[in-house]
Amino acid sequence: MDFTYDDEQQALREAVRGLLATTYADHEARRRTVADDPGFDRALWGRLAEMGVLGLPFSEADGGVGAGPVEIGIVCQELGRVLAPEPYLSAVVHAGGLVAAVGTAEQKADLLGRLSAGEIVLAAADTSPGGRWASRADGVRASVSAGSWTLDGVADPVMGGASADHLVVTAALPDGGTGVFVVDASAAAVTGYVAADLTRAASVRFEASAATPLGEPGRDLSPSIATISDLTRIMGANQALGVMQSQVRATTDYLKSRKQFGVTLNTFQALTFRAADMYVSLELAHSTVDWATMTIAGGDREVVADAADRVGLQVSRAARHIGQEAIQLHGGIGMTAEYSVGVGTAHLTVLEQWLGNAGHHLTRLAARVTDHEMVDAI
Amino acid sequence: MQLELSPADAEFRGRMRDVFTTKVSPEIRDTVLEGRHLTRDQIVEAQRTLNAEGLAVPHWPVEWGGQDWTELQRHLWHEEMQRAGVPIPLAFNASMIGPVIAHFGTQEQKERFLPATANLDIWWSQGFSEPDAGSDLASLRTTAVRDGDDWVVNGQKTWTTLGQHGDWIFTLVRTDPEVKKQAGISMLLIDMTTPGVEVRPIELIDGGHEVNEVWFTDVRVPGDLLVGELNGGWTIAKFLLGNERVGVAPVGATKRALAAVKANAGPLMDDPLVRARVAELENELLALELTALRVVAHSSDGAPHPASSVLKLRGTELQQAVSELALDLAGPASLAARAGDDSPQEGWARRSAPTYLNLRKASIYGGSNEIQRQIISRTILGL
Repeated sequence: MDFTYDDEQQALREAVRGLLATTYADHEARRRTVADDPGFDRALWGRLAEMGVLGLPFSEADGGVGAGPVEIGIVCQELGRVLAPEPYLSAVVHAGGLVAAVGTAEQKADLLGRLSAGEIVLAAADTSPGGRWASRADGVRASVSAGSWTLDGVADPVMGGASADHLVVTAALPDGGTGVFVVDASAAAVTGYVAADLTRAASVRFEASAATPLGEPGRDLSPSIATISDLTRIMGANQALGVMQSQVRATTDYLKSRKQFGVTLNTFQALTFRAADMYVSLELAHSTVDWATMTIAGGDREVVADAADRVGLQVSRAARHIGQEAIQLHGGIGMTAEYSVGVGTAHLTVLEQWLGNAGHHLTRLAARVTDHEMVDAI
Repeated sequence: MQLELSPADAEFRGRMRDVFTTKVSPEIRDTVLEGRHLTRDQIVEAQRTLNAEGLAVPHWPVEWGGQDWTELQRHLWHEEMQRAGVPIPLAFNASMIGPVIAHFGTQEQKERFLPATANLDIWWSQGFSEPDAGSDLASLRTTAVRDGDDWVVNGQKTWTTLGQHGDWIFTLVRTDPEVKKQAGISMLLIDMTTPGVEVRPIELIDGGHEVNEVWFTDVRVPGDLLVGELNGGWTIAKFLLGNERVGVAPVGATKRALAAVKANAGPLMDDPLVRARVAELENELLALELTALRVVAHSSDGAPHPASSVLKLRGTELQQAVSELALDLAGPASLAARAGDDSPQEGWARRSAPTYLNLRKASIYGGSNEIQRQIISRTILGL
């Protein structure tokens, strides 16, 4: 048992951190980037591809690097640390993950190869308006006629959807079950919008849109869809961890430097105690994120599903606590879009509601609570 | 990063499980598992059983019965003991005075006290706190004045846990009133049968007799019972209290308590609110257990990790929260706290209110949780 990174993982972290610093060394750069379409830096995306970061989760046969979950988690933490708006979670982890899980060998080699090379961007369309974290599609229906598949319905929110070249869509199958399809973005009506954290999402309408089934046509793929959602949840928790680490650091620095009533804020014990409680939340979340990430390597779907709920609950609670306190302890500056701390709280909010909030995960854990005597870490 | 225990550590854990569940008396383990009170004899018997297996004081120097384990192994030993319902070796002996004598004591003191301390032939009490010196320990006023070869001790200690069972007490006493308060303190070992030592019980809100006042009136203590340097007591106290923070998050015991709550809850487990409270606590305990593992994995040099304060703070909060849940599930049955075994109310329910009330202590002792927040904000965050 070991909770530390090996030398290669350390090196990856430093390389990714260094690359992101070239673009997002200060928050103003992030502000400029999200102000214009496509809402992220295409040049940086290309450099992430060159570094192999976009192909990290995929096998070498599919044009990827074949790295493990810990490495992907490291990338997500670093993206979170600087609030990078690049659609890594949506395009690589989520949409790419779906392709890798259910696509044929040819489909994987084609789509994942081009995704890893930075030639195309994918987005996963798996949520219907008003929908809540379901692995069964109900907003989009698939039809087949003479061997040709089409989709009808609406998916929203589609994270990163406005800049995607291809949409990876979950849709209800004619004979029941849920399939996964690839749709050229030009075959759907994509309406982009700005999400609560200033990154980009989209509303996507399908009207007899031509679609290619991923994997065996007509087969129910909901177990794989659920697993990819769980993996995305765990990687989203890694990203949230990076955000929270930055917020605790920024808040600590602020308390040491900001003067009120002629003294620095850390003179006031009421404030330092609240910072201490933020640190407690951060460390407990950190431990849970590391654990959940490590459970992926075991490959057991049920273990990963349980870990996703546990880290989802722990990190959602921590994100609320740390995000809210970071703003409060900063005072008015924490409310402004020109300062990273408040925007970080907005990003934590988006991650939570996109991937599953505390209530959702707690409901699932509560349903299973009598299945075991106690929960063991190892 | 690697989640699984190494084969050697997994084997180690299996061996601990085996010893704890086969060598320690079932009556004692049942008493712990059901949350009933252990007698002095049971605590002594359990520690002697562990000592015979070489498992009572694994963190002491090897020369005096230690095992030279890794921090992870020590953590596994601690967790498996709690899981099996084996009483943890008496903290005053195993975690406090033992390591102090091994580190600061003379050869004569080591030979005289360490084997007897490991085997619980001597039951030690802790004489640190005073009525006006709790978290501000250095303000203590009990004095020791040199008279020939002896020290003459006068003053009062308080919150002396299980002092009614004590054979000896390790005390911090003021040996130089003229200097800065931390600089004038020494540590003395005092035989509690010495004339002038008086132990008076303090009744607590749970009705139990757990703590005491200890009064010293012209108590003569031989000079060779000073530990370490004269006026070096503050250094020793810091060493001892640093050790005290290791293992202060009773994760195993709290997990077991929560499992018992689930088992006892019966039809109440169908209540969605109860299920949610249990699920939330299980998740918090998992996060705490994982944090404890992260800490032990990082403290190979044996120095307390600064995040120990996180474990103390959160560990005691969760311990208290589980006792609150048990109390709420017991409901009116909890009123029968002192009704005796003939009561028609179930034992766990009768014990729930005293346990809940008793555990209010957890966020006060061992450096109150406010002190822990202070340590986190100053030492870790640099505020």
